[in-house]
Amino acid sequence: MTDSTGGPLLSVRNLSVAFRNEGGETLAVSGVSFDLQKGRTLAVVGESGSGKSVTALSVVRLLPYPAARHPSGEILFKGHDLLKADEAELRTIRGADITMVFQEPMTSLNPLHSIERQIGEILKLHGASGDASVRRKVIELLTEVGIPDPESRLSAYPHQLSGGQRQRVMIAMALANAPDLLIADEPTTALDVTVQAQILTLLKALQARHGMAILFITHDLGIVERFADDVVVMTKGEVVESGPTAKVFAAPKHAYTRHLMAAAPKGEPPVAAPEAPVIVEADQLRVWFPIKAGFLRRTVGHIKAVDGVDFKLRAGQTLGVVGESGSGKTTLGLALLRLISSEGPIVVLGRRIDGLDSSAMRPLRRDVQAVFQDPYGSLSPRMTVADIVGEGLSVHEPGLSADARDARVVEALVEVGLDPETRHRYPHEFSGGQRQRIAIARAMVLKPKFVMLDEPTSALDMSVQAQVVDLLRDLQARHGLAYMFISHDLKVVKALANDLIVMKDGKVVEAGPAAEVFAAPKQPYTRALMAAAFRLESIGGVIADG
Amino acid sequence: MATLPAAKRPWLSPVNRRRWQNFKANRRGWWSFWIFLVLFVAALLSNVIANDRPLVVSYKGEILFPVLVDYPEEKFGGFLAITNYRDPYNRDEIENNGWMIWPPIRYSFDTPNTEAPTPAPSPPAFLLSPAQRCAAYADGVNAKDCIFGNMNWLGTDDQGRDVVARALYGFRISVLFGLTLAIVSSIVGVAIGAVQGYYGGLTDLLMQRFIEIWNAVPTLYLLIIVSSVIAPSFLVLLLILLAFSWTHLVGVVRAEFLRARNFEFVRAARALGVGNLTIMRRHLLPNAMVATLTFLPFILNGSITTLTSLDYLGFGLPAGYPSLGELLRQGKTNVFAPWLGITGFMVVAVMLSLLIFIGEAVRDAFDPRKTFQ
Repeated sequence: MTDSTGGPLLSVRNLSVAFRNEGGETLAVSGVSFDLQKGRTLAVVGESGSGKSVTALSVVRLLPYPAARHPSGEILFKGHDLLKADEAELRTIRGADITMVFQEPMTSLNPLHSIERQIGEILKLHGASGDASVRRKVIELLTEVGIPDPESRLSAYPHQLSGGQRQRVMIAMALANAPDLLIADEPTTALDVTVQAQILTLLKALQARHGMAILFITHDLGIVERFADDVVVMTKGEVVESGPTAKVFAAPKHAYTRHLMAAAPKGEPPVAAPEAPVIVEADQLRVWFPIKAGFLRRTVGHIKAVDGVDFKLRAGQTLGVVGESGSGKTTLGLALLRLISSEGPIVVLGRRIDGLDSSAMRPLRRDVQAVFQDPYGSLSPRMTVADIVGEGLSVHEPGLSADARDARVVEALVEVGLDPETRHRYPHEFSGGQRQRIAIARAMVLKPKFVMLDEPTSALDMSVQAQVVDLLRDLQARHGLAYMFISHDLKVVKALANDLIVMKDGKVVEAGPAAEVFAAPKQPYTRALMAAAFRLESIGGVIADG
Repeated sequence: MATLPAAKRPWLSPVNRRRWQNFKANRRGWWSFWIFLVLFVAALLSNVIANDRPLVVSYKGEILFPVLVDYPEEKFGGFLAITNYRDPYNRDEIENNGWMIWPPIRYSFDTPNTEAPTPAPSPPAFLLSPAQRCAAYADGVNAKDCIFGNMNWLGTDDQGRDVVARALYGFRISVLFGLTLAIVSSIVGVAIGAVQGYYGGLTDLLMQRFIEIWNAVPTLYLLIIVSSVIAPSFLVLLLILLAFSWTHLVGVVRAEFLRARNFEFVRAARALGVGNLTIMRRHLLPNAMVATLTFLPFILNGSITTLTSLDYLGFGLPAGYPSLGELLRQGKTNVFAPWLGITGFMVVAVMLSLLIFIGEAVRDAFDPRKTFQ
């Protein structure tokens, strides 16, 4: 195909997408238009449900047709309308002229095929032949995306690679046929901040080398600002603002854009109070998983998920725990809740709880609560909100009458800012942010002293994150709660934590008052983490992962 | 806190409401469901549809209910312990002193027709002329008893018993046996699958190995051996079949629990201090119920087929029980009386087909991928 018009590489005109469902049709995208020039990067930014991914998938016609349809619009790629193209023509375009990189590299790669085979398949589908030449090309591609020692990785399977490496393989597959347009649908959302910075740097370098255009779908304005030439802001299926990135960021015109930009978690963490009573204390806490081998399953070694962590957490204070995935943050939190077994003393409210069995632990559980990461997974889909929030009451205050319990549930829901009238609905009727409020209400209804917050904002949109952070801070001030806030998102941690521990491979690398650590990180690992989180820069050498 | 007006709580969750809509949308399954329900209710009322006793008797000003109560014959001037209402002497005695209302079919499953038109097995009434039908009665066509309710609509079996009555009672016992077996074995299977999936580890390993060994026991041989020692009654047969049929559901329920026990809402419940049993019942069981309910109609079918085939082979319910398998066996022995085999076949085929159609509709209704059509 040749560029017959001399116009933009991709031009989307008045595109609408409708989905058929039980009640009729829902318009997911309506009247979206944008242009993408050759060799440029266009970012489509918006919160979940804004229709940005649906727009991107429409370009290559990957929506679930016929449940989805396009009531209006045209998608001109090099002057050809892709909406009118037949399936055969689309197949020659997909994977060759237009390629995609998706959010979750683990599920985008076939777990049963080696990476050589997966990349080779793309090459062969679009005309390459000869095993030796295909193999040479695969090695070339892997070198280009920065997989170290690519010859030895050819026969590796996706599960043998780290998340960042998997995403690099995905990018290698996308690059295989020298596309003119790369569609990247949240390609870094599932990755650690440090890896995220590396992948972005890689994409930028590849774009400079090959001159391809990138359509970048994201919810992260920080990425847009650093990465995109032009930006399209979407909400509720419509484009509200578009233009050159620098211009939009300097002077956002639409109220929604301003709202998005103001959405970063703000506010000050509580001031350290060294005289406040200690709520939770751990001393050389260890969680070691035995590695068993041989016929007799003898323990030959240990995976040290948490290796000698100690801290003191006082009432009204927040301890931030940061680190990359696999650093043992979540394991530490679960060990404190005694949901997995650990060694080393844990003292909660002056009482040692390690070694207590589950029935001895039960009365203590009302003081020690948790909020988990995924608001979709942490609420039972078959229980009403009232049942979910009231469940803890039925365990810890079995004497409560049904009316009294209901009153407590209502009180908790009001406290987290939800309409108590909705308490007989089921979780799927609520948005992500509302679900996380329900999860917080479930913890708060028991009036705990200590709450373990395991990435409570990671699955939420930026503006919702800010609301949840405000809510948590407000609850803390009102009830003098002690928080352990586990997160890989340093911005949120900065807004909440007054003490910080930085973890790597189960060990504490750096600990201290949060203000000090953020202002002057002592360890190179901490510095790399902060550079990636606040400036999207990757510092080589410290982060081993590819 | 001001008390709020009690918000209405929907009795069906939205998910279940959608499933119910899906089930209704499947026309074949929906109609099968209603036909089966009507047949099942009719079969449950077999005693008032086909019986050798009147429903209501008025005798000397007294209202009697022979279907429910055994009255001695001396009440009507006879001497037997239990009144035979089909006896012309008793009938005349009652009708002279009152009246009685008969069920539409005046035979129970074990009532021999003493006035059968031909030697047993006698053919269905619609194959005979009016004169032939009443040949055995003293007054011929004018006989007082030669009426519709005393006809053998689908003939008699080789012991002179009415085929319609036997099919009706046989349908009832088959469905009741199948339902009991399916429900009890589902309860046992779900409980064991739940324990295996939830606790995992050694518990799971040992129970899985046990089930593998247990499944290797040949049920049929065991039944033959047991039936040579004790006479297999309804209950004995149920227990023996139960001992081997509970394993059907263990696999799916175990898999469902293994999958769901690591969900975050289960972890959240444990963090709240909810006990293991409550977690299993409240959080995990609803997930496993989808698999169970989807399998249930097919397990029910399997149970009915097992009972019928055992009866057919002669290892099932003892003689005297109205069973479809026994009707089929009579059809095989008396090939010159095709109404036996055809009736048995039709009843079994219709019953199993209806259940399969219902089962398909249930399976589709629970299919999460069928959300949008």
